[in-house]
Amino acid sequence: MKRVLLLGDEAIAQAALDAGLSGMYAYPGTPSTEIMEFIQSSKEGSEGNVHREWSSNEKTAMEAALGMSYAGKRAMVAMKHVGLNVAADGFINSAITGVNGGLIVVSADDPSMHSSQNEQDSRFYGKFAMVPCFEPSNQQEAYDMVFDAFEVSEKFKLPVLFRITTRMAHSRASINLRTTLPQKKLLLPADPLQFVLLPAIARKKYRLLLSSYESLRYENLISKYNFFKDGNKRDLGVIACGISYNYFLENAGESSNDFPVLKISAYPFPKELIKEITGRCKAILILEEGAPVLEEAIRGILDDGIKIYGRLDGTVPRDGELNPAIVAKALGLPVKYGHDVPTLVKTRPPSFCNGCGHADMFNSLNEAIKPYGTGHVFSDIGCYTLGALPPFKAINSCVDMGASVTMAIGASDAGLFPSVSVIGDSTFTHSGMTGLLDAVVKNSSVTIIISDNSTTGMTGGQKSQATGRLEQICEGMGVSRAHIRVITPLRKNNAENVHIMQEEFEYKGVSVVIASRECIQTAAKRRRSENSNE
Amino acid sequence: MKNDIILSGVGGQGILSIAAIIGLAAVANNIFLKQSEVHGMSQRGGDVQSHLRLSDKPVSSDLIPYGKADLIISVEPMESLRYLPWLSDEGWLITNSNPFINIPDYPSLNEILEEIEKIENHVIIDADGIAKEAGSTRSGNIVILGAASPYIDMPFASLENAVKELFGRKGNQIVEANLKALRAGRECSVK
Repeated sequence: MKRVLLLGDEAIAQAALDAGLSGMYAYPGTPSTEIMEFIQSSKEGSEGNVHREWSSNEKTAMEAALGMSYAGKRAMVAMKHVGLNVAADGFINSAITGVNGGLIVVSADDPSMHSSQNEQDSRFYGKFAMVPCFEPSNQQEAYDMVFDAFEVSEKFKLPVLFRITTRMAHSRASINLRTTLPQKKLLLPADPLQFVLLPAIARKKYRLLLSSYESLRYENLISKYNFFKDGNKRDLGVIACGISYNYFLENAGESSNDFPVLKISAYPFPKELIKEITGRCKAILILEEGAPVLEEAIRGILDDGIKIYGRLDGTVPRDGELNPAIVAKALGLPVKYGHDVPTLVKTRPPSFCNGCGHADMFNSLNEAIKPYGTGHVFSDIGCYTLGALPPFKAINSCVDMGASVTMAIGASDAGLFPSVSVIGDSTFTHSGMTGLLDAVVKNSSVTIIISDNSTTGMTGGQKSQATGRLEQICEGMGVSRAHIRVITPLRKNNAENVHIMQEEFEYKGVSVVIASRECIQTAAKRRRSENSNE
Repeated sequence: MKNDIILSGVGGQGILSIAAIIGLAAVANNIFLKQSEVHGMSQRGGDVQSHLRLSDKPVSSDLIPYGKADLIISVEPMESLRYLPWLSDEGWLITNSNPFINIPDYPSLNEILEEIEKIENHVIIDADGIAKEAGSTRSGNIVILGAASPYIDMPFASLENAVKELFGRKGNQIVEANLKALRAGRECSVK
């Protein structure tokens, strides 16, 4: 048996390849990015001609994966948790159409918001869409689960949600690989109306989904990942979901046999499973990485059963990821800290790289906007969000992908002048373009600065769909050619760039300033690979 | 056997290469391993750390509990202090002496070194200088790994093999420079 050292993300990618994947679809987003990257650089991916190009956003990725499934082949789509909001329309409805080839939707949650704007728990989406949801507790389980997830998907004709969190995605372990399966052949759905959600069809299919969800509770391919292990204790039992099971084992150590424990790694499951443990113990502790999804369900509204400890009563903090210390305290075990951190240690927030074009763009913008006062600049998701921090303090918003354009429109509608958006090239093609069309149609007085570094920078330099197309896109959307200005953000061009920005602020209509200079990290990487190819 | 190791530094200083080398060596020795990394936003010049856990038994938690780390390996002196709550009483702190200053309120280096010296088991080396002498200015991280190697329960040869495996793609010259850096680092701490 072959053993390899893989990140959780990579284990999922390797498993998908080994399980006969034909199409991988994704938009980069921490902590999910490495799934697609692994498939792009894999031998199996190129030899098997597996589809492995980035998509413009999570919605287009989700729908393309559904199309691959329609054609009878196995598909995977991966995104960060907030990406699932973007893909939600397709995702929820794919549960009603059902699938043909197996379809796995990987959503990588980021509790504690290491690299995110919120810490939403994707398991809510599993229940919302009424699809099977897998939540692996370790990297080997993640690898093995992918095979079963494809099988469940094909057996029940449903997409499967595969929920991971940061520590699973970005932790490495050695994995035993299985024998590989061949890709499926092109085979259209038996029912030509399966994917046609006209109301009359959708009503029937929705009823089918409701009954499928109940039968999933007793499906062995799902329930094999949930198990109860009795222990000697009767005063406290533990329910541990996903990777919280590891923190339980770490703390309980040799005495882990003392605690009755129910490990949950797949949903839905039968109610009887919960009664296995609640029937034996005076109290239970519920450990979940993320929101108290299971805890709320178990407590219900009346909350008058046995004593329940968890995130809702403060035994475990309501927000943030778990760690061994939090779980130790919840179990009533001592925590022994090492030395204190000396007071001289300072925080070291992330910052722009030396020579970054975004920094030069912000210096010019700050100078250009100064006569108008503060509060005029809406921004977006990417490296350039660091423009919020000192010394720049240049932006006033960062909400969701593309919101800088549309918030600038709304603020302009309210009378703010000038109203400016700062958005990256990849974020612009992800979700900024449709907002720009709104602005053009109603001739909003906004200036959109596209800080174009020709890559998706924050996630490590993936290909940007915008590269080489920005001017044509803006012109095609209807922005006047005279008000599409391309500048090079360099210190030596500052005076000229300030002047151009101010000219466009003063224009009472839609203007776009494209500040274009390649990401210095991507440029360095490109030069290194060019040198080594010589 | 159990080695719980915290790797620390600033984004871009190469702690993930150190982790990758130890990881490859662990797999070659059939040692159980979990290694948690930081990707994403902090990699842009922020503080980064990696939890690396080696054991002859399966490892449960991806994160090291407080007070249980046997080693802190740091490529930057102030960053070595950030993770002291994880260091066990008998643990070793191995750090580069060269500061990476990208914040306006970076403390005085002397005061940092005084704090490090308060830890009973510590090794402070000029990894950048040693790397330069070894002919590879970018290999300070590998020098630090070499200096930490006596405290990792694995044969030194398997770390050398892992360096060959990791850098093999980049050509013989890079491999040799990194091996030289690894050995020079080790000499510093066995002396």
